[in-house]
Amino acid sequence: MAVLHVTKDEFETEVLQAKKPVLVDFFADWCGPCQMVAPLVEQLAAETESVGVVKVNIDEEPELAQQYKVTSIPTFMLFKNGEAVKTEIGALPKAELQKLIAE
Amino acid sequence: MYDLIIVGAGTAGLTAAIYGQRAGKHVLLLEEGIYGGQIINSPEIENYPGISKVSGYQFAMNLYEQAASFGAKLETGKVIGLQLLDGKKQVKTQEAVYECGAVILATGAKKRRLGLDREDALIGRGISYCAACDGAFYKGKTVAVVGGGNTALEDADYLSNACDRVYLLHRREAFRGDDSLLQRVKKRENVTILTSTVVEGLLGGEQLEQLQIKNTVTGERKTLELNGLFVAIGQQPENEAFRDLLALDKEGYVIASEDCKTNVPWIFAAGDCRTKPLRQLTTAAADGAVAALAACEYLNA
Repeated sequence: MAVLHVTKDEFETEVLQAKKPVLVDFFADWCGPCQMVAPLVEQLAAETESVGVVKVNIDEEPELAQQYKVTSIPTFMLFKNGEAVKTEIGALPKAELQKLIAE
Repeated sequence: MYDLIIVGAGTAGLTAAIYGQRAGKHVLLLEEGIYGGQIINSPEIENYPGISKVSGYQFAMNLYEQAASFGAKLETGKVIGLQLLDGKKQVKTQEAVYECGAVILATGAKKRRLGLDREDALIGRGISYCAACDGAFYKGKTVAVVGGGNTALEDADYLSNACDRVYLLHRREAFRGDDSLLQRVKKRENVTILTSTVVEGLLGGEQLEQLQIKNTVTGERKTLELNGLFVAIGQQPENEAFRDLLALDKEGYVIASEDCKTNVPWIFAAGDCRTKPLRQLTTAAADGAVAALAACEYLNA
């Protein structure tokens, strides 16, 4: 299953108003570490029911990146009830991604 | 039990895995983060023999898949020590203990930190060690670059294209980097060069907002308002966990010559983590081959 790419307009419904927690992967196509971690994010999305996983392309959605003060990619942000509750910066191995969404 | 455990899955480690597996050894790679090493941050590699152009990401993926195709195993784990216990050679991670016949350290090097309070907490929140990776986020903003070598000069030059203002801070009076590069930076109207200047403090809340700097000649202190700080003061190895066993030089690199042999017969060192004059992709790959075959020779003896 491909991970949903969300735009600024979709962010409200897909992330902020989502019923379950959502992990957002802020990335860009030119970013090597983002590409390295992309398959792991896909795997995580396919294996996880309790948490949604979406991606935000920071070149296409600079306002979202700015709003959430993303200044390095990949940045992973876990949203719960409309708020960013956890942030991890950098390409994480899968176990770390799992830890980020666990609770 | 593995014949050979390789610590670090960058270019040196993955190359060693290919050579180890092809020599008939059972190889495990232990990597604390994501495999690929430093090269994954390079947008384009143009100096690897036989490949005219490839992205760092593609290079790393190819190398990993090549190692995996020969049967090398990869596990995630931060190695916290090596030991010889009752004749058993052991590699300890935070979660497990592995036994093996020989070890290749390919722990690489990371960007040197300033060593200031809150530095780690502000990474990605105003502090960056890679202008090419993160520079785009500071378009129209004020940033500072710390360092006196070519990387610092290149970063200042690169950032001056997108940023409103760039401060270049260097602790000495003279720059170590190329003069031609320095002249180019000096011509940039939005670059302010402050020499004999050290960073003493990082101020801000969740994001970096100010730097506390000091002029080492006059003793004058002041604060700089800024959005981003790019640290370009070289690299440092990560071998402290092996200090009780291995001879390290004063900077922390494993003392090993071109044969990749260390002072411990069953431990080898490959790539950026060892003492060497040139740290490049090709020399990392070369070390991987040399260390793997030296380790095989040791295992076969």
